[in-house]
Amino acid sequence: MKLVFEKGMNLSEVEVIRHYSTLSKLNFGVDFGFYPLGSCTMKYNPKINEDMAKLEGFTLLHPLQPVSTAQGALELMHNLEKMLCEICGFERFSLQPAAGANGELTGIMIIQAYFRKKRENRSKILVPDSAHGTNPASVSVCGFEAVEIKSDKDGNIDLGELKEKMTEDVAGIMITNPNTLGLFDQNILEVCKIVHEKGGLVYGDGANMNAMLGICKPKELGIDVMHLNLHKSFATPHGGGGPGSGPVGVIKELVEFLPIPLIEKKGEEYVFNYENENSIGKLRSFYGNFGVMVKAYTYLKAIGAEGIREVAEIAVLNANYLKEKLKKHYNLPFDRVCQHEFVLDDSKMPNGVTTNDIAKRLMDYGFHPPTVYFPLIVHGALMIEPTETETKETLDEFANAMIKIKEEAEKNPEIVKGAPHSTPVKRLDAVKAAREPNLRWKP
Amino acid sequence: MRFIPHSDKEKEEMLKEAGVATINELFKDIPKEVFLKEELGIGKGLSEIELKKHIEELAAKSKSAKQLKLFLGAGCYNHFIPSTVSAITGRSEFYTAYTPYQPEISQGMLQAIYEWQSYICMLTEMDLANASMYDGASATAEAMMMVVHATKRKKVLFAKELNPEYRAVLQTYANSSNLELKEVALEELEKEIGDNTACLIVQNPNYLGKVEELKAISEQVQGKGAALVVAIAEALSLGFLDTPGNYGADIVAMDVQSFGNPMGFGGPAAGVIACKDKFKRHIPGRLVGKTVDSEGKEGFVLTLQAREQHIRREKASCNICSNQALCALAATVYLATVGEKGLKEIAKQNNENAKYLAEKLNGTDIELETENFFNEFVVKTQGAKQLQEKLLKKGFVFGYALDEERVLVTATELNSKDEIDELIEAIGELK
Amino acid sequence: MDNPEDRKYTKGHEWAKKEGELIVVGITDFAQHALTDIVFVELPEKGKELEKGKQMCVVESVKSVSDIFAPVNGEVAEVNSELENSPEKLNQAPFDSWLVKIKPKDPAEFDSLMSSQQYNEYVAGLEH
Repeated sequence: MKLVFEKGMNLSEVEVIRHYSTLSKLNFGVDFGFYPLGSCTMKYNPKINEDMAKLEGFTLLHPLQPVSTAQGALELMHNLEKMLCEICGFERFSLQPAAGANGELTGIMIIQAYFRKKRENRSKILVPDSAHGTNPASVSVCGFEAVEIKSDKDGNIDLGELKEKMTEDVAGIMITNPNTLGLFDQNILEVCKIVHEKGGLVYGDGANMNAMLGICKPKELGIDVMHLNLHKSFATPHGGGGPGSGPVGVIKELVEFLPIPLIEKKGEEYVFNYENENSIGKLRSFYGNFGVMVKAYTYLKAIGAEGIREVAEIAVLNANYLKEKLKKHYNLPFDRVCQHEFVLDDSKMPNGVTTNDIAKRLMDYGFHPPTVYFPLIVHGALMIEPTETETKETLDEFANAMIKIKEEAEKNPEIVKGAPHSTPVKRLDAVKAAREPNLRWKP
Repeated sequence: MRFIPHSDKEKEEMLKEAGVATINELFKDIPKEVFLKEELGIGKGLSEIELKKHIEELAAKSKSAKQLKLFLGAGCYNHFIPSTVSAITGRSEFYTAYTPYQPEISQGMLQAIYEWQSYICMLTEMDLANASMYDGASATAEAMMMVVHATKRKKVLFAKELNPEYRAVLQTYANSSNLELKEVALEELEKEIGDNTACLIVQNPNYLGKVEELKAISEQVQGKGAALVVAIAEALSLGFLDTPGNYGADIVAMDVQSFGNPMGFGGPAAGVIACKDKFKRHIPGRLVGKTVDSEGKEGFVLTLQAREQHIRREKASCNICSNQALCALAATVYLATVGEKGLKEIAKQNNENAKYLAEKLNGTDIELETENFFNEFVVKTQGAKQLQEKLLKKGFVFGYALDEERVLVTATELNSKDEIDELIEAIGELK
Repeated sequence: MDNPEDRKYTKGHEWAKKEGELIVVGITDFAQHALTDIVFVELPEKGKELEKGKQMCVVESVKSVSDIFAPVNGEVAEVNSELENSPEKLNQAPFDSWLVKIKPKDPAEFDSLMSSQQYNEYVAGLEH
């Protein structure tokens, strides 16, 4: 399709609307079908959230207007913080981080500040090979060395290796639990104990929190600092790549390091508190992606205590149901009860059909592909997260499509290898894009 | 619950297929001692009617820019947003999609980002721009980290009239990475800049509203092998001022809230980094590139991904993953809607309104401190905070107080001449 | 593609060849296959000290980043900057596309590298 500039630099309104409306039709969203992207929790985004976030009492607030004129916004943030604390068991949350990775950065900086205050020189952080993909980078951008810990044959953190590597120059561990295999670490309490005994801290990557909502509290597992993804577990839309929101919760001992400002209630008034003695400072301007917080708060108020547990229960039921249906046809490298997601691979595929081919062929059946080639510990991984908002019917249709693709791979592999056939463009040349980067239009 | 579609019968069937009798059996890996037996204390779920009422009541507890007359900027600006913006960002093809990892079914967002990158390059006269960052402050900090990695130098200077939010974020990053971050007055740059300086960061227009002259500065900085990073908090100024590329910037870190994103109590909007070609391999964040499909048809993909955290992992210099794509889309639609002419007109109107406001304020006993400004400036008056309080009672938010007697005041296209006259009248009544 | 007999090899799949006093280094056909389509090569600066077995340059494919290691201790004498604009040459003709010429510290180190026959056996072992 022509670029907007090729139509002119001063367009009429109708031209602009037609251009972007037409573009939108080339895009696939949750509202149009099943989107089982593993570890991304692409659940349905309730429409009321969008309406509420558009209220002028939220959108037309200036972050520096007198706090006395923005009490509703502070109250909402305060309430949301309290709810997140209750869900996770933490003492306080900062709502400031703008996304999951921004939350990771915040959390690692908090760990760094904690040891700096104690004057302990700890230079390493352990990262299991089943952790979330951003973790190694989050560790190293703060100047720590990321040390990998292998998974054992059951998909848990290898305790032997953990004991060996958890030395006194290690600041802690970054755990994704349930991990990216979709498995709840069966030794989680022991893992946290080993780290704590050596004086280390446990960071929890909350990308997979959907499976634990109302089921167990991360703090009770031994996690000391953790980010949540409001755009995953808390039903705010992902916006085609953001805005997200990555609040960070901590145990009591780490509150003094949280970013500023914190929100407090003084008498009947809500205020910003900039006096947090050992705060790491600010990670972004003002208070975070407030509009996303409005959506997450609306969601939590809609589902309430009885609904939140059902979210996790049905998310886990959906994943196990689909896993059982598909494991008869695809290789399931870790065959045990999964949580919100599970990982298949392409090792049983005939005629050289790969994970990438399966992903592309799924588009022809009207589905968004799962996360592919991640986690790295499973060669040719297909990571499938159905979420709780999908009907049994949808799961059955997806399973049938996957089974059909397997049959096609046997009888007519070219149709799979040449997929997708029904999309606006065919497979794109990523090598050309990288070798001859064309990153902008020039007049 | 209304977001979960299963009937009891379906649940039964699914449990059977999953090979368990109860849902709790699916949680058998969770240690008994932590398995919650009671409901969380987050209250009962509300019906949609109750919920709407509750949230609307919360919204009504604040005073919006519809109820207050805002003469406030300082890094977040109250601009007009054409209806085209929400018409497009409200399309769920865009807002319910994930990051465009699968290009064949994400061409809409990918092309929109490519257009965005192009718009940002045109506006800044830089060679390339990324798909967005969280905001202007974090974009500036990431620009700093990018130059530190590219030059392997650890000293960073910033011009002292830098927005305090930006300054705070820079300090957070610098503390974590043990960088030497130092404030400098531009007149004294020569004393501080040396062979170990990675970059100089200058906000333009600066925090006090002044438009900086940076041509000579850029030469001075580049003469030392360092980079000039220009931070822009008010993107609309690009419709009025010389471009950073023209005055020698190497990198631009910008907040684009002013383009089609509401103030929203400070977020979400978007930031962006644009740079010269020589930093292509160091720019953080996602990049969209144009390519062809297997039949030679043009299309777009995420590219140069080997720079990014998910591939470079512990060797990456930035961990950003999700950015602010939908806010960047809002900015793109805004720019397409107002067009080249419109952008210049809106910018000019901002400047005219600000000049009118400055002139009128000068007529009272308020002294103008900033010269050569775009749409905000500093004024001096005794008892500034008391004046602000009194004006608030009359419905005016009179700028942002920098200290006891200095106030940073802003006027945009939404502050009409009538509104400015009302403000002046109100000040007259109080004085 | 056969591994030419006129040069030596490392376990990291680099080849090294004597050229006067210098040692020319590239990557093997096995390496270019494993790396898939190479899209970018980051070369070291001339004069940089290299340590045997440590990073010498970085090659990127669409989905991976890999270090290329120095086969011997020494100093970067020359780099093949032609690769910056045409990295595909490493895929098309790995044994004719060199990355770096090293001025070795100890010329004897070169002799301790694997012969083509040893490398053939090493690679055969990996494939099983």
